[in-house]
Amino acid sequence: MAEELNFSTDPQWRVKVGLAEMLKGGVIMDVTNVEQAVIAEKAGACAVMALERVPADIRKEGGVARMASPKIIRDIMKAVTIPVMAKARIGHFAEAQVLEALEVDFIDESEVLTPADEEHHIWKHSFRVPFVCGARNLGEALRRISEGAAMIRTKGEAGSGNIVEAVRHMRAIVGEMRKLTTLGQEELVAAAKQMGAPLDLVAWVARNGKLPVPNFSAGGIATPADAALVVQLGAEAVFVGSGIFKSTDPEQRARAIVKATTHANDPKVVLEASEELGEAMKGLDVRQLEEKDLLQTRGW
Amino acid sequence: MKIGILAIQGDFEAHRKRLEELGAETVLVKTAADLENLDGLVLPGGESTTHMKLLTEEGLFDRIVERARTGMAVFGTCAGAILLAKEVKNPAQPSLALLDITVVRNAYGRQLESCVTKQTADLTGRPLEMVFIRAPVIERVGSDVQVLARRDGQPVLVRQGRILAATFHPELSSDPAVHEYFLKMVRDGR
Repeated sequence: MAEELNFSTDPQWRVKVGLAEMLKGGVIMDVTNVEQAVIAEKAGACAVMALERVPADIRKEGGVARMASPKIIRDIMKAVTIPVMAKARIGHFAEAQVLEALEVDFIDESEVLTPADEEHHIWKHSFRVPFVCGARNLGEALRRISEGAAMIRTKGEAGSGNIVEAVRHMRAIVGEMRKLTTLGQEELVAAAKQMGAPLDLVAWVARNGKLPVPNFSAGGIATPADAALVVQLGAEAVFVGSGIFKSTDPEQRARAIVKATTHANDPKVVLEASEELGEAMKGLDVRQLEEKDLLQTRGW
Repeated sequence: MKIGILAIQGDFEAHRKRLEELGAETVLVKTAADLENLDGLVLPGGESTTHMKLLTEEGLFDRIVERARTGMAVFGTCAGAILLAKEVKNPAQPSLALLDITVVRNAYGRQLESCVTKQTADLTGRPLEMVFIRAPVIERVGSDVQVLARRDGQPVLVRQGRILAATFHPELSSDPAVHEYFLKMVRDGR
């Protein structure tokens, strides 16, 4: 089997994954207005996600959650110099086309928004702007990469302020990758069948022991220690959604999570970052949520 | 030969991989103490605003300037080139100011303007692959600054004494020429 994936030498693919590489070791923060975007940038965010409502509010308010209005996104793009991401509904390629026309730097095809297509995700190779997609396990991650995702993040359980699902998903992805590295060629074919992922990608992971794109964590990070936890479990960067602007001390917390992400392996620094913080967002016990209220089961 | 790579955010692993392939010993630098006994330092790509903030908080900022002034070689790519520049525009921001150039951030545009291009470089005398990601532009070079490569006439790889800067990402290219050059620069100055 060839050493490279059939699309990995494509210049367009390389600059997509290239931008994802630049975000490694950083924190990408959800923001809903210019003021929050500026706070995030000053706190050391390596990118912001422009949204109309953070996941905790989407959960509370219900209704259909769609792509943010172009005006909010454009205002945020003007206000900060770091990359700006925005979310499109799963399968809603027309929303993604609008976001590309708006020239956002990254699109998150996200389960946080109400899915537009329950059978198909967006064919992301046909876009010039890079995409990030959520995944709960390795098979799902590789299906999204085969469609053109240039970055994977755990789904976790967005808006819950509870790290348990992000941990479950990161452990699943990392554990399954480790297992693949021990398999023989004929076993890889069976593994590809079982996880519903293309064989070339399964074989690539088996050879390299990692994803062919950066592997980030999202969905429930609320404290500096949460960030340190997922980084030590294998996350190459973290997304913080409701965790910052739903806390009582957004500026301080944003700075603290940035620091803890950089120094995830140094408990003394994570301790320092954790001192003098106010209250974290209240959070939800994911076990008390009904199946219909879970965001992570959207998409496949 | 021991090369440090600033590892507070960005694509530092890509630099580490390339430098190790070329036989250098590498250290990931997160605190001022990590800078001791280094022959050279790489400032990787990433977000320059994030880097500046953490450099200042960790006390790395002053120590890097001191070590560079006493002979440590420094190589910055993209965000790293912004950190090295004497003057930064769009917007103006503080920097290490070790290299007499003026850079304009995000000057080509947003991610959609990111690209891979091949252009003949003085450094190699042959086409050199360059990966540009939301790259800055070098608007002005001081009289002591040597231009080693250009993109459509504009300087993209420059050197002044022991300081080397690229507005593109040699660490994301399969061509190791720029890192080889940096290692030679480190060796020659020891």
